Amino acid sequence: MDKMPKWADVVLIPLISLILAAILSALVILGIGEDPVAAVKLMVSGALGSTYGWGYTLYYATNFVFTGLAVAVAFHARLFNIGGEGQAMLGGLGVAMVCLYVPWPHWSIALLAAMAAAMVFGAAWAAIPAYLQAKRGSHIVITTIMFNFIAAAFLNYMLVNVMRPEGSMDPATERFPEAVHLPTLHELLAPIGISFSKAAPANVSFLVAILACFVVWALIWRTRLGYEIRAYGHSETGALYAGISPVRITIVTMLISGALAGLMAINNVMGEAERLVLNSTEGAGFIGIAVALMGRSHPFGVFLAALLFGFLYQGGAELALWTSIPRELIVVIQALVILFTGALDNMVRMPLEKLFLSLRKGSA
Amino acid sequence: MTVPAIELKGISKSFGPVQANKNISISVAPGTIHGIIGENGAGKSTLMSILYGFYKADAGEIWINGEKTEIPDSQAAIAAGIGMVFQHFKLVENFTVLENIVLGAEDGGLLAPSLAKARKELEDLEEEYELFVDPDKRIDEIGVGMQQRVEILKALYRKAEILILDEPTGVLTPAEADQLFRILHRLKEEGKTIILITHKLREIMEATDTVSVMRRGEMTATVKTSETSPEQLAELMVGRKVLLRVDKAPAKPGKPILEIENLRVTDEAGVERVKGIDLTVRAGEIVGIAGVAGNGQSELLEVLGGMRPATGSIRLNGESLPLSGPGADGQARRARHIAHVPEDRQREGLIMEFHAWENVAFGYHRDPAYQRGIFMDNAALRADTERKIEKFDVRPADAWLAAKNFSGGNQQKIVVAREIERNPDLLLVGQPTRGVDIGAIEFIHKQIVALRDQGKAILLVSVELEEIFSLSDRIAVMFDGHIMGERLPHETDERELGLLMAGVAGEAA
Repeated sequence: MDKMPKWADVVLIPLISLILAAILSALVILGIGEDPVAAVKLMVSGALGSTYGWGYTLYYATNFVFTGLAVAVAFHARLFNIGGEGQAMLGGLGVAMVCLYVPWPHWSIALLAAMAAAMVFGAAWAAIPAYLQAKRGSHIVITTIMFNFIAAAFLNYMLVNVMRPEGSMDPATERFPEAVHLPTLHELLAPIGISFSKAAPANVSFLVAILACFVVWALIWRTRLGYEIRAYGHSETGALYAGISPVRITIVTMLISGALAGLMAINNVMGEAERLVLNSTEGAGFIGIAVALMGRSHPFGVFLAALLFGFLYQGGAELALWTSIPRELIVVIQALVILFTGALDNMVRMPLEKLFLSLRKGSA
Repeated sequence: MTVPAIELKGISKSFGPVQANKNISISVAPGTIHGIIGENGAGKSTLMSILYGFYKADAGEIWINGEKTEIPDSQAAIAAGIGMVFQHFKLVENFTVLENIVLGAEDGGLLAPSLAKARKELEDLEEEYELFVDPDKRIDEIGVGMQQRVEILKALYRKAEILILDEPTGVLTPAEADQLFRILHRLKEEGKTIILITHKLREIMEATDTVSVMRRGEMTATVKTSETSPEQLAELMVGRKVLLRVDKAPAKPGKPILEIENLRVTDEAGVERVKGIDLTVRAGEIVGIAGVAGNGQSELLEVLGGMRPATGSIRLNGESLPLSGPGADGQARRARHIAHVPEDRQREGLIMEFHAWENVAFGYHRDPAYQRGIFMDNAALRADTERKIEKFDVRPADAWLAAKNFSGGNQQKIVVAREIERNPDLLLVGQPTRGVDIGAIEFIHKQIVALRDQGKAILLVSVELEEIFSLSDRIAVMFDGHIMGERLPHETDERELGLLMAGVAGEAA
């Protein structure tokens, strides 16, 4: 007998965690002498009150969908990929190379090629920790986090010594050609008569992200590979019994995970910056962990959680811009959300389970 | 009339919707051995956990030596003179016997005086109850039977007058079990009260004075052991008549299906677990491997099931079977028509979080019949599951229920259905009825015998001698990685097998 209904696990727990995080955040804002209600209003209007706000919220959400899916897929095989950051950086390198060094006739073909490159580079970066875990037993958490630093250093080298245009002092590539410019939501929606902010960076990658959610869902719950990934994630000895190779599943899952993280680069590098800069990922790889935790490793949950974190990112930026609430406090609020939805899951879960058990007993 | 040592009055306890104990009352006279028997999940362990202070009863009273006693935690239980010997020992492996006995009952912060005092007391206890162990040996240096004595001594050292033993013979050889029962009798003579929890009818008949039977949380009967029979107890446990012995025709062994020669298995730690065994299983026969757990039987099954590498030679239907590398995994074994009911259904045979219908494909999920293009044909799988659930009487008949929500017996039925329905040439069966209720045992045994009668080869590994005797057409005994000897079930007895299981060579036995 399950301890509580599924909807409580999927909806109620994240919701209560979120409310707790919000209450604590409000107390912190009160503590520094600001008005929490005004702050919330500002966040909502800044992130959701205009198509400009939405454009940024969706742009951030797109990043988080990709990194969230990356972490979620790995979770199904009980692998903790915290290397999304590094894999997304490498994905950016792949995108930059495709966009800079190949003349593309049209953005759509360029997008397909960039997606392929982003996935290959991201997967390649995940391949080494995957191999070390599968064959050598080096813990994936340790290796992937170390690979984030290596990726940052590698990207630094590439941008400073190899890809920086001559004469530029900025460690970044030159601007991508106009032909590979991805249509923004403004450009996509204008033909059908919906006006969307021109300045917002949300672009066609958002649709790719939605598509990725469906693909991941089908992969995990409808294919044989997904079946094997889940079986391995639930029981390693069970996998051995069924003849599912742990080495193969570990490596394949990490390749998929890395590819998804890498795919983020079509949004931030190709869609927004249109050139590769240092620290282009801005911590999205780490946010992906919280997104996957909160989304219960389900693509739909990941999508919703990504929207929430997109809102927090954009709303937080607005808050820092218009009030004396310092930028750091936004990080505190985001951290509280991560803390409650991810790490303190059991704190909410236990009393809820007890509540449901006693409710059921009462009705029985 | 003497005052009962323990009296439980109307104990009830429920976990959510599950009522584990319903209005249970027992009274145990001092200086007796009282058995509590029941199937897995009948509520025996819950009842004893209440008595030992792990759970709090929803209703009811506990009376000890004629006084109403509250037992909120295990400290209170110890103070009330109750000692518990768990199924899984709670000993610190790298401590000595003496240190383990003192652990948690030290006087003051300095260890030396406590140990000296304990040594003296231990000597007295050993004298008194003839419970000899070397106090300076480390726990990992002594055998399982000895470890159990340490557990008993621990309880006695804490002045226990009432001793509860939970499934004490699960890990013992028959000889060690006999010794245990001698110790229990000795304790009884000294006036201790003993409660023996078990699911083995034989032990109840052998060791107890009175016996209570539990079924689905209720106490269905309490009888004098001398006035009952195993058949009657089994009926009380299950609620209907059961066949304790499997009805089967004599085997008609055909050609050899499985031929093992000089098989050696070395485990991850570099310890040789199987030390060169030879064994043949023929079509239409069940070969049972008897032995105390941990003597290489599990490793043998795992090699045959493709779960670990080995050296030597195995032939199946006359053709050799790879023993290492990618051609030796579970998938390759299934392709060669070897089906495997593994020893541990919860960790190996099933994915506990998967629905029943996902588990019915487990191991066979690459079968083309379950595929539709790049996707799995879940509809076909569910249809197949409905069919198997019906044929094997899995309850509840719900393909969408997660494996963890079935009872042990029904989980095992799912595994057995999946494996037997593949119509394999060789069926490997490990502990088929561990944690399975008597009703389901009967059913599973029948299915195994039916497969044998279709001319298939079956290799059975079980630590339950009763099961080995009732199913096997030939018995091989394993000890320390060797096969000590093969016997025909009607030409041997438990005593002889017990000696073989303890490593006494065949000829001497």
